[in-house]
Amino acid sequence: MKYLKVIIFIFFSGWYLNAQPEIPSLKNYVNDFTGTLTTDQMRYLEQALREFDDSTSTQIVVLMINSLNGYPIEMYANEVAEKNKIGTKEHDNGILFLIAKKDRKMRIEVGYGLEGALPDALASSILRNEVAPFFKRGDYYKGIVAGLSAIIKATKGEYTGKPKKKESDPIGVFVFYMILFFIFFILASRRRGGRGGGIIYYGGGFGGGGFSSGGGSFGGFSGGGGSFGGGGASGSW
Amino acid sequence: MKKIGCGVAVAILIVIIGAILWGVGVYNKLVTLDEKVMQQWSQVENQYQRRADLIPNLVETVKGVAKFEKETYTAVTEARAKVNQIKLTPEMLSDPNAFQKFQAAQDGLSSALSRLLVTVERYPELKANENFLQLQAQLEGTENRIAVERRKFNKVVQEYNTTIRRFPANFIANMTGFREKQYFKSVEGSEKPPKVQF
Repeated sequence: MKYLKVIIFIFFSGWYLNAQPEIPSLKNYVNDFTGTLTTDQMRYLEQALREFDDSTSTQIVVLMINSLNGYPIEMYANEVAEKNKIGTKEHDNGILFLIAKKDRKMRIEVGYGLEGALPDALASSILRNEVAPFFKRGDYYKGIVAGLSAIIKATKGEYTGKPKKKESDPIGVFVFYMILFFIFFILASRRRGGRGGGIIYYGGGFGGGGFSSGGGSFGGFSGGGGSFGGGGASGSW
Repeated sequence: MKKIGCGVAVAILIVIIGAILWGVGVYNKLVTLDEKVMQQWSQVENQYQRRADLIPNLVETVKGVAKFEKETYTAVTEARAKVNQIKLTPEMLSDPNAFQKFQAAQDGLSSALSRLLVTVERYPELKANENFLQLQAQLEGTENRIAVERRKFNKVVQEYNTTIRRFPANFIANMTGFREKQYFKSVEGSEKPPKVQF
């Protein structure tokens, strides 16, 4: 009897979980889980979005899935965007363009920091007037391009990207090196009792701490810590 | 003998100091969580306020076209007036009655609004009106934001409540007057923003 209950529970919990689509971890700017876009199209969009990220720090991510299985698109989009932390932590400037192909539903989810540049009314109008006409004809690629162009146009001037170096305040750096200097100085003078040793050690510390971080912009997408509050709009076609 | 007594005294002292340090740590954690709850609450309030601000415009637009739906839009105006009367300060978050009243008023406005938007479906002039469509998008967006901020608020409150009720932190919470806070209970259908077909 007991086992039967457990089996029934497992069976139903599995079935219940299936009703909720899983929240994917996104590795690219363009993620097509439906096999609709060709490799060339994806590569082109991927490159365009990466360049946009590099120059403005605004991250736009496209996600195309088959079906939401009846899950509300607003909740799904918010969960995907939050989980993948699209946008920078500093500005919350991320955007998720979600398309549920079989459900014929789509949504532009806008991060906190871009709600001014891309308000709901504009997002709604982009979906209705730019994207939907192409999607109705089954031309998904052109619809996505039109939607992305409009999104980029709206958000272009909002933030500027920084060169990919670690930003740091000069005082902090100064204190950091002072401390480093003293530690090595003390260590060196203890061991050898000479001043020359200290300088050599100091040199080593400088080289190690100063130039190591580069911040790779190669490869796929990685979220910068952006946060979302449900801004944006949904549409259908 | 004296040495043992000395050792015991030192041990007791260490235990006392340890307890105090622990207590301070717990207290500081509670303060941080409390602050987080308040911050999230102001986010929720902002979105409710934003919705209230949108309504006069929406009602004006609908009035212009759908003159016969007086009942529906006066219901919205009345619900909005009610919402404006009930303010909930962060200190009142621990008061179940006040919180329930607040939620009831806001949910009343939600349902009055969704009724209005359903009625409006019968007027093709409105659905072709770009001004109305934009208002509708803003309203939908605000409803969605409210849902998101409410979810986040519930999450923070849950963390806070769990912390103050858990043993042994609950001693510190009781001593320093941290009380359990209320969170939003989902009313049927309120988790989803009102569905409006284009």
